[in-house]
Amino acid sequence: MAKRYAQGPWWRLREPGIHGRQAAAGWLFLAPVIVILGLFLVLPIAAAAWVSFSDWNGNGSPLGAHAHWVGLANYRHLLTTPGLDQNNFGEALRNNLYYVLLVVPIQTAVSLFLAVLVNRRLKFVGFFRTAFYFPSVTSSVAITVLFLFLFNPSGVINKLLSYLGATGPSWLYDPRGLFHVILDQFGVHQSSSLSNGFFLGVSYWDWLAGPSIAMCVFIVMAVFTTSGTFMLLFLAGLQNIDESLNEAAALDGATEWRKFRYITVPMIRPTLFTVVTLGLIGTWQVFDQIYVGTKGSPLNTTLTPAFLSFSASFNSNEWGVGAAIAFILFAIIVFFTVATRLLTRNPDRVPRRRRFGPTQRIGNQDASRVASAAPGSAP
Amino acid sequence: MSRRIDSQVAGAPALPAPKRKSRSRAQSDAGAVRRRRLGSAMTYTFLLALAVIYIFPFVIAIVTSFKTEPNATADPLSLVPHPATTTAFHDLYSGQDFLLWVKNSAIVTLSVTFLRVFLDSLAGYALARLRFRGRGAAFATIVAVMAVPGVVLLIPKFLIIRQFGMYDTYYGMIVPLLVDAAGVFIMKNFFESIPVSVEESARIDGASIFRIYWSIVLPMARPALVTLFILSFQGSWNELAHFIISAQSASLDTLTKGVAQLASGQLGSGNRYPLKLAASTLMTIPVAILFFVFQRRIMNASEGAVKE
Repeated sequence: MAKRYAQGPWWRLREPGIHGRQAAAGWLFLAPVIVILGLFLVLPIAAAAWVSFSDWNGNGSPLGAHAHWVGLANYRHLLTTPGLDQNNFGEALRNNLYYVLLVVPIQTAVSLFLAVLVNRRLKFVGFFRTAFYFPSVTSSVAITVLFLFLFNPSGVINKLLSYLGATGPSWLYDPRGLFHVILDQFGVHQSSSLSNGFFLGVSYWDWLAGPSIAMCVFIVMAVFTTSGTFMLLFLAGLQNIDESLNEAAALDGATEWRKFRYITVPMIRPTLFTVVTLGLIGTWQVFDQIYVGTKGSPLNTTLTPAFLSFSASFNSNEWGVGAAIAFILFAIIVFFTVATRLLTRNPDRVPRRRRFGPTQRIGNQDASRVASAAPGSAP
Repeated sequence: MSRRIDSQVAGAPALPAPKRKSRSRAQSDAGAVRRRRLGSAMTYTFLLALAVIYIFPFVIAIVTSFKTEPNATADPLSLVPHPATTTAFHDLYSGQDFLLWVKNSAIVTLSVTFLRVFLDSLAGYALARLRFRGRGAAFATIVAVMAVPGVVLLIPKFLIIRQFGMYDTYYGMIVPLLVDAAGVFIMKNFFESIPVSVEESARIDGASIFRIYWSIVLPMARPALVTLFILSFQGSWNELAHFIISAQSASLDTLTKGVAQLASGQLGSGNRYPLKLAASTLMTIPVAILFFVFQRRIMNASEGAVKE
């Protein structure tokens, strides 16, 4: 290779030599990453896409004679054909939807709140940061085991509640929907008009159930384990705010709340977007906790699409259906991410090309933020 | 490198903390000072209460693992085991394959961590520094791959691992985890933040590209390497789903898989809470150690992450 360049005209003697060397090294350096990502990410996606359009039942190779093209049958089976699978899928979607709708706002608010608290110059602030972050480093398995103990019917939480004179529910064994329980307090019981209509095999009344009491345990657990991580992200955002802004506002007599609302929140908008997006992506993928904790019980109320996709494939051998669920889940996650992008777009923001001066600093940190989701990503 | 910014003086010169400034202004006003002092007492009480909520579950877990089963069931809240016993730990040792799980987790985690740090930094360096055709496309692909949610890949990965004959082997458990796009991204960003000049002089001196990378750039990249090490270790030690789909024999069970089986409790009688909590406490120790050793770096992510 080098020889060929050496024989070329003089103006190509140096440049292509170095670039040729760099190209070879570049591809060599990248090769392991590209090969592994290709074999274990890109190729699997292609294989799964094929399986989701096939009737493969787990025998032999999915690329061999045992699998046949069935078109959209698996997707139709889930979305339009009444039956057990559709019913399971509908319930899983409902459960996870409520999980997302509760976890994402709560964890965002809690982590922002914690970040604001520990962003002050206080003694022992390091201790508090550590305490709030620690749950984030533990494994989902260990935390789930712990929560199974805390929330067992005669466990820690119910003991605490009994000191307060309250009787706790049986938590992970309680399939009642939270909203149903609340409605019941107001004397609203199952109404026939809502029970007769169905969407994805689940009656309208059951769509309105809210998260089951069992699911609420997982919701609390999610907030407990993720708020520390997101607190660190927010902390990074908060420390990026120019303090003179707050001082100017203080001179103008702004209250703490107004400073928070009109300075802090707009300034950390990129972080907010990152946290909400990461939250959405994470909460649509609940798997470990369900696998360890409940396997979808009681009465399917902690079933999630991720777990259903797994159990349809590995336990029921409906691989096509399992793969189809995975792709629908993927579409849902993409949809939510794009929707967040559109909704949190700053209306006052000048488009990238026309941006000038200091505004540039505020807007373009998304990418480095995602990277800095990693703790301590470099000074 | 060591921006060891103590939390007391967090971000000292560049970012004056809010309280100090306004306090000096308010000092003329005695009422404001009193209000502030009251406010800070309330803040502490509040923070302390929150910290208790975050720490208490772990304390309970540790204490309960030293309780007898009847004691743990009857009195889950007490912080003194009565009677105190190490039965749970003995059971883990003799009644379960706990040591095997530890061994498997250690093998997988250490292989994944060291190889991943190396491969990701190699790729990150190529993307940050080497100029070659297709670099942009390669980077775009890696970023796109980063966006695919992991759970969606469970079934696909199983299919491929089986197709390659790696199912139920260490290879199947390790190789797919060796590379992660986010790690490449972190390393690329870091390499771009250090000046090129040193490398250029080495290049003029005739050092090979790999040598420049290995003996000049990598030593400078220690902070990012440590970050990646922490992330990879924590990620693979805590990984569950991938091991579920890549192996089935009991001899390949990792801690996460083993403890998950304990939790679903098909084995033995009774609720076995002390046993389960002992297992989950023990499996938390390595990541906890890592966390406390590198605590300052992790916690100062905030200051460190500001890249302009």
